[in-house]
Amino acid sequence: MVTNSIEKEIRIEAPIEIVWETVTDPDHISRWFSDKAEMDLHPGGQASITWNDHGVTETLRIETVEPPRLFSFRWLNPAGETPDKSNSTLVEFRLSAVDGATILRVVESGFNELGWSEKTASSTVDGHIAGWGVHTDALIRYFASDRQLSVRL
Amino acid sequence: MKIGRVEDEELWAAIGEPSRRQLLDVLISLGEATPSAIALELPLTRQAVTKHLAVLDRVGLVDSQRVGREVRYTVRTDRLNEAALAMVRVATQWDKRLLDIKSAAEATHRKRSKKS
Repeated sequence: MVTNSIEKEIRIEAPIEIVWETVTDPDHISRWFSDKAEMDLHPGGQASITWNDHGVTETLRIETVEPPRLFSFRWLNPAGETPDKSNSTLVEFRLSAVDGATILRVVESGFNELGWSEKTASSTVDGHIAGWGVHTDALIRYFASDRQLSVRL
Repeated sequence: MKIGRVEDEELWAAIGEPSRRQLLDVLISLGEATPSAIALELPLTRQAVTKHLAVLDRVGLVDSQRVGREVRYTVRTDRLNEAALAMVRVATQWDKRLLDIKSAAEATHRKRSKKS
């Protein structure tokens, strides 16, 4: 069996509306994702998120906006290409209210399409970075928010 | 969690635990390290690190070598291929982001509860 996604869940002791705001409002996004964010919050809209330390800006395409339960976007497509199923991953935030708290679930899928998992094993850790080839840019952007990893990359 | 053509349930169970993914990431960046050195980089005790290393050792994700009184660990990259490494990092990133979303939302909630 091969799966192609990562799923994570967390319980947050805050009402669903506040969690929705935290996930989608540019002023809040800077507290968990990037240093700066701009967002046109409707399906087909664009968002751009910037990490100051690395001078990296990533453009996202908003897919679904159903407050306060579902927010999704595509990203990691090569620069200049329109993100779709063949060249990007889909990130979905699913929110549900439970006794005044919120369960937040994130699912990122589409890594096989991105080509990451098609690469064969390489024997050294140093080699694996070089082995990414065309995907290295996407990886660097992906990990730009993590100082330690970006230094290594 | 699974990825690509890796089909070893136990392997993914070993990686499925967030602390162990963080530990692997630390060990990858250190190259070779003792449990004490790894514990310095993580919010874990040396004892907890040793337990996680034992799980990773059992599925062949790390190698250990005794040097005098110390045991030094390295990541076995033949087991943890490129795709797996990337997925480990992606998953670790989401763990971190979710925790940050949680703190941000809970702080906002506390602030607004006080005002009203």
